[in-house]
Amino acid sequence: MERNYRKLWWQHCLAIIGFSVIPLLVVNYSLYMLFDKIYTEKVEDSLRSDAENRRDAIDLFFSERVAQLYTIANTNTFAQMIDEGYLGRIFNIMHAKSDSYMDFGIIDSEGRHLAYVGPYYDMLKQVNYKNEFWFSEVRANGIYISDIFMGFRKAPHFVIAIMVREKNTSWILRATVNLKNIDDIVQKAWTGAFSDSFIVNRKNVLQTQPRFGGAFFETPALPEYMSETHKPHPYPDYSSAVATKLERVTSGGMDAFFAAVPFRNTKWILVIKENPDEILSQLVQGQHWMLLFTAAGLAIIATGAALFTNVLINRIKETDRENAANSDMLLQANKMIALSKMAAGIAHEVNNPLASIAEKAGWLKDLLAEEDIAGSANFAEFNESVDKIEQHVARARKIIHNLLGFARRMEPAKEKININNLLDETTGFLENEARYVNIRIDKKYEDSVPVITSDLSQIQQVVLNLLNNAIDAIDHDGTITVFSSYHEKTNEVEISVADTGRGIAESDLNKIFDPFFTTKEAGKGTGLGLSISYSIIEKLGGKMKVQSKVGKGTVFTILLPKH
Amino acid sequence: MDTLRVLIVDDEDDFRETVVKRLNARKIQAEGAASGIKALEVLKDKDFDVIVLDVKMPGMDGIETLRHVKKLKPETEVIMLTGHASVEFGLKGMQLGAFDYVMKPAPLNELLDTIGQAYNKKRGMIH
Repeated sequence: MERNYRKLWWQHCLAIIGFSVIPLLVVNYSLYMLFDKIYTEKVEDSLRSDAENRRDAIDLFFSERVAQLYTIANTNTFAQMIDEGYLGRIFNIMHAKSDSYMDFGIIDSEGRHLAYVGPYYDMLKQVNYKNEFWFSEVRANGIYISDIFMGFRKAPHFVIAIMVREKNTSWILRATVNLKNIDDIVQKAWTGAFSDSFIVNRKNVLQTQPRFGGAFFETPALPEYMSETHKPHPYPDYSSAVATKLERVTSGGMDAFFAAVPFRNTKWILVIKENPDEILSQLVQGQHWMLLFTAAGLAIIATGAALFTNVLINRIKETDRENAANSDMLLQANKMIALSKMAAGIAHEVNNPLASIAEKAGWLKDLLAEEDIAGSANFAEFNESVDKIEQHVARARKIIHNLLGFARRMEPAKEKININNLLDETTGFLENEARYVNIRIDKKYEDSVPVITSDLSQIQQVVLNLLNNAIDAIDHDGTITVFSSYHEKTNEVEISVADTGRGIAESDLNKIFDPFFTTKEAGKGTGLGLSISYSIIEKLGGKMKVQSKVGKGTVFTILLPKH
Repeated sequence: MDTLRVLIVDDEDDFRETVVKRLNARKIQAEGAASGIKALEVLKDKDFDVIVLDVKMPGMDGIETLRHVKKLKPETEVIMLTGHASVEFGLKGMQLGAFDYVMKPAPLNELLDTIGQAYNKKRGMIH
């Protein structure tokens, strides 16, 4: 049965690849997941500490402003402070080293603006703050830092107000703080091309101008051009955060890291937003490398599997071929045994009637000689007919003799063989067949050929095979010469079968003893005859050689040891 | 000198009868027996110089018959008639005391030669 080598190849190859690739993928995937986790954690940590550092810087800024203002308020008297010239000097001293303050104002407990230093003098001097929300806050708490608001000056600002109690009255130092300082610190977090940072108050209203997401006094939102819905999409609300919060938001058309940290001095929250593609760019790069290595690994495995499978399949093919040759030889041997039994049976059954025919013919001949029918008109005809009958009985006898000789030799044995007789007997089988196609069989035996000890039937089979091949090679009209000789030096008997046939091409000469090699049409020859012959002769300790010339003919030579 | 007496034992009627006729025509006193058992019956009443015994017969085969013949009439010479496939029976017969074996189908001359040799041997032994 012919194996499906292609299917076997694929099965084997895929099995190797499967068993190699699955662990590779599992290892690579888990390594990648581990790397991803560690790297993401590291990025988140750095984002968290960045946010907290910025928060601390702003907190420090606030603390310093409050401390400065507190010092000023408590080291100067109400009387001194409402002198706008004196206040102006203090403002100028402070403004010389820091541009944090925009203006100062002194407000009494009734909300009256008693003194003012700053750019909005005309606008603010007459204002009464009694009904402003921060006024009541500062009177209640002693200190107040406002949210950003427009106020009377109609520009975004925030104030720090400090209440001072002096004797039985109280007054308030109000300073407007420049947004620029806070903006600076906040905007320094804009490190990447898409990173953003801003401050919101407890009502989720923007206190600084973000880079992308919204405007003052609005809710922070994804800018219009980045949103799929073409509507500003709100950022997550961190206005109620009480501790540092860090998360990755992948909903609502965005994918971003958010770090939110509440301030200690105010009720504000600093929010930093980072684009994952940017801060995780190394991870993405790692991912690419990993994919590349995995692909390379897969390619190596696939190539290795294919090469290894090729070697294996070739070996299997070779083994199969050998097995086929062996089983064919076995089949051949079994066939020969069956054939020999049949031949023996037929021969014996034919023998008896043949003996009777021979005797009857002999009897007729006896009678013809005795009686005086010698003078009869048909005597010559009778006589000739009887002779012919005897002649053909003799011929049939010879055929049966050969057949039985052939059958008897099937038994494997070490027996004494007269090679010349063997050759005679074997050529006898084919003489008729050869004669039909006008092939002459010449016999050139040396008388010195000794009796050898070997397996007669097997040698006969080989010689028969060579003779058959010779007849096939000649086709018709030609000569087969059978030689026998003895090499005294090597103690070997040589048998040669030479034909005047078409010959064998030089390129085929070294292949003719290979199993399945045949030049006959498909279905005409198994390509086993010569390979079986070769192995038989080898088993008997002999050698088999071939010489051939295209157009001239072929000589097969067998050398057999004497013992 | 007595005439040569031959018993042909063969289950093939045509063969046996024809051989008997041809031997008789040659002044040989020949008889036929269709089986080993019949041959032994005939032998009880008559003596023969040479018995031609087919190896392969139904019932009692040639070898078995040979054993009985050699017990009954040890001085009678036996020629085994074999097919080619049973050459070994012929050889075995010779071990059991048969004079020779002849392969079937043999020309009558060959058989006559062997019968003659067997007869000569028997006469030499007796006289």
